[in-house]
Amino acid sequence: MTERTIAVNYLARVEGEGALRVRIRDRTVEEVELRIFEPPRFFEAFLRGRHYTEAPDVTARICGICPVAYQMSACHALERALGIEVGGTLRELRRLLYCGEWIESHALHIYLLHAPDFLGYPDAIQLARDHPEAVQRGLALKKAGNAIMRMLGGREIHPINVRVGGFYRCPSRDEVADLRGEVVRALALAEETVRFVAGFEFPKVEEDYEFVALRHPEEYPLNEGRIESSTGVDIDPADFDGTFEEVQMPHSHALHSVHKGAGSYLVGPMARYALNHDRLSPRALRVAQEVGLEPVVRNPFRSVLVRAVEVVYACEEAVRIIDRYRPPERPWVEAPPIDHPTHGAAATEAPRGLLYHAYDVDPSGLLRTAHIVAPTAQNQKRIEDDLRHLVTRSLDLDTPALTFACERAIRNHDPCISCATHFLSVELVRE
Amino acid sequence: MGASARPRLGVFKFASCDGCQLTLLDCEDDLLAVAERVEIADFREASSAVLEGPFDLALVEGSITTPAELARIAEIRAQSKTLVTIGACATAGGIQALRNFGDVREFARVVYARPEFIQTLATSTPIRDHVPVDFELRGCPIDKGQLLEVISAFLGGRAPNVPTESVCIECKRRGHVCVVVAHGTPCLGPVTQSGCGAICPGFHRGCYGCFGPQDTPNTGALVPKLSELGMDPSAVMRVFRTFNALAPAFRAAGDAAEKESSP
Repeated sequence: MTERTIAVNYLARVEGEGALRVRIRDRTVEEVELRIFEPPRFFEAFLRGRHYTEAPDVTARICGICPVAYQMSACHALERALGIEVGGTLRELRRLLYCGEWIESHALHIYLLHAPDFLGYPDAIQLARDHPEAVQRGLALKKAGNAIMRMLGGREIHPINVRVGGFYRCPSRDEVADLRGEVVRALALAEETVRFVAGFEFPKVEEDYEFVALRHPEEYPLNEGRIESSTGVDIDPADFDGTFEEVQMPHSHALHSVHKGAGSYLVGPMARYALNHDRLSPRALRVAQEVGLEPVVRNPFRSVLVRAVEVVYACEEAVRIIDRYRPPERPWVEAPPIDHPTHGAAATEAPRGLLYHAYDVDPSGLLRTAHIVAPTAQNQKRIEDDLRHLVTRSLDLDTPALTFACERAIRNHDPCISCATHFLSVELVRE
Repeated sequence: MGASARPRLGVFKFASCDGCQLTLLDCEDDLLAVAERVEIADFREASSAVLEGPFDLALVEGSITTPAELARIAEIRAQSKTLVTIGACATAGGIQALRNFGDVREFARVVYARPEFIQTLATSTPIRDHVPVDFELRGCPIDKGQLLEVISAFLGGRAPNVPTESVCIECKRRGHVCVVVAHGTPCLGPVTQSGCGAICPGFHRGCYGCFGPQDTPNTGALVPKLSELGMDPSAVMRVFRTFNALAPAFRAAGDAAEKESSP
C-alpha cells in the first residue's frame, strides 16, 4: 500500500489565502480539499444594523479585485427591496463601470496570473524579460479598464461614486468622451489578446459542467437577467435560495454552494459564454470564430480564451456606451420612504461569476439581515471535482509535476478567495 | 546593478480584501520599473517563485484576526529590515474590526452553520499592536502615488513624503466646491487625512473617512456640525465605525456617539 500527499500550503497567483490537500491511497484519490484559510471577516454579521445606503461601500471591501460587482449586486438587491427601478442612462453608466472592472480583472488574470502557467514562468515580471510586448499589452489593457473605473467611480479600487439609485455625480459628456481613444485602443489590444492566448498549448480535457449564469433577453449579462443553467434552471434571482444552497465544510472558511438535488456547478466566464455566446457583440463573435472557439467550452484550461473574448466584448460595449452618452437629468433615482419591513435579492455577473446579495431592511432603513453568495464559494466544490479528475488521470506524474498540475487546475478558475471567505495552500497525500 | 545587489521586497497579506497589494499591480506604468529596482522575493498574489527571507522591505496588508497570523507577523518582522503597513486593515484593523464592538461568537453563528470549525480571534487588530512598524501608509484602499513614494523613499534611504494634513486642504487645493457649505452634505473631510485626492467631494459626496484621522483631528468640533446637518447619534457612531474604527480619534468619536445614542 502506498500513500502520497500532494500539498500546496499557499497557492500563488490567486487572490487570497488558500491551500490544497490531495490524499492518494494506492491508485485511488481518497480526498481532495481546497482549503480556504483566508480568515473570516464576518461581513454578513456586521452589516446588520447598518443603514442600507452604506451597503455598497461596505460590501465593496469584501474584495479589492471586484468591488464594483459587490456595489452592483448590493444596489440592485436594495433597489428591489425599495421598489425603485434604475433605467436609461444610469443603467448604461452602470454597465460602463462594470465593463471597466471586467477589463481590469480579466487582464490581470490573463496576463499577470494565468499566462505564466502556459508559457513556463513563475510570474509576469519574468515573463516580461522574454516577452515584453505581451506583458506591456496586458498592462495597457488593464490600465484602460482602470481608467473607466477612475473616471466614473473616482478610483479603481473601492470606487466612491456608486449609490443605491445610481451615482453621486454623473460625468460630463467631455469626461466620458475623453476615455474614448484609450478604450478604442484597448479594443484592438483585446483582439490581439485573443489571438495571443489562442496560441497557448491547452491540455486536452473535457469536464461535464453544469453552467450557471445570468441570461438577459438582449444583452450579454452584466447587471440583470434570469438565472439559467445548462441543465434547465430558469429562475428569477430572488429564487436563488430555493434552487441553490450553501453547505459548510470543516476544512474551509468558505461556504460551498450546491445545486439542490444536483451537486456542484460552475459560474464565471465559461458559464456565461456557454449560455450567452449569442449575445456577444460583433467583434467579440468575429474574433472568437477566427480562433475557432467552440460555442460551449468544457476544457477549463481554455477558460483563458473565453476571458479574452469577454474583454473584447467589454471594450466594445464600453465604446458603444461612451458614444451614446448624454448626461442624465438626475444622477440618481430617489428612494421612497419605507413604511414596512422589506426584502430584496438580486444577482449580477462579477468577473468571476454570479454574485448574489439579499437583504432585509426595516422601516428605519437599517439592515436586519444580509446574505451574500460569492462566485468562488459557488465554484469551490466544482474546482475540487476538476482536481479529483485531474489527479485520477495523472497518477503517473511525480509529485512536483502533479502538484504543479493541481495549481494550474485551480488557477484556471481564477478563484478569488478573499471573496469566497471570504487562500490557497496544495497538499497531496499518496497512500 | 546585479540581481543580488537589489533590495529584497516581500509583500504579505493578512485579513483583508487584497486591494492594497493590488494597488502595486495597478501601477501599470511603473510596475516593470519597480521590478527592475527591487528583487521581488515573496509576493504570492503575483508570483509562484517564493524566496526565503530576509527582506529589506516588507509591505504588509491586512489585520491580525487569527492565532496563526499572530505567529506569522512575528516571523515576518524578524526577517524584515523595514516593515511598512499598507491600508486601513493593517493600520487600523479594517472593517473587520467591527467585530471588536460585538460578540464574535455571535458573528460566526450568523455567517456559519457550524461556527466550531472557524478559527478566529475575538478581535481584529492593526499590525503595530503586535510588532514594531517602521511606517504606516493609510487608506482604504491606499493611493498608488503614495505607495510609489513610499517605495522610492525606501530605495533612496529617505523618509516618505506623505502629508498628514486634512482632506479639506487637498480639497481646496483641487478647487472643489465645499459640499458642507454649498450643499449641506455631512463630510468627514476636516478630521480625515488627505492622500486620496479628495475624490468624494469631487463627486459631490461627503468624505467617509477611509484614510483615517488626520494628525490633529478635532472631532469634537465636527460632530455638532454633523448633527446639525441631520445625522443622528447612531449615524455618527456608524460613520466613525467603518473602515478605520480602531484609529484612536475615530474610536473615541464613535464611542462618544454610542453613549449619546443609548443614554
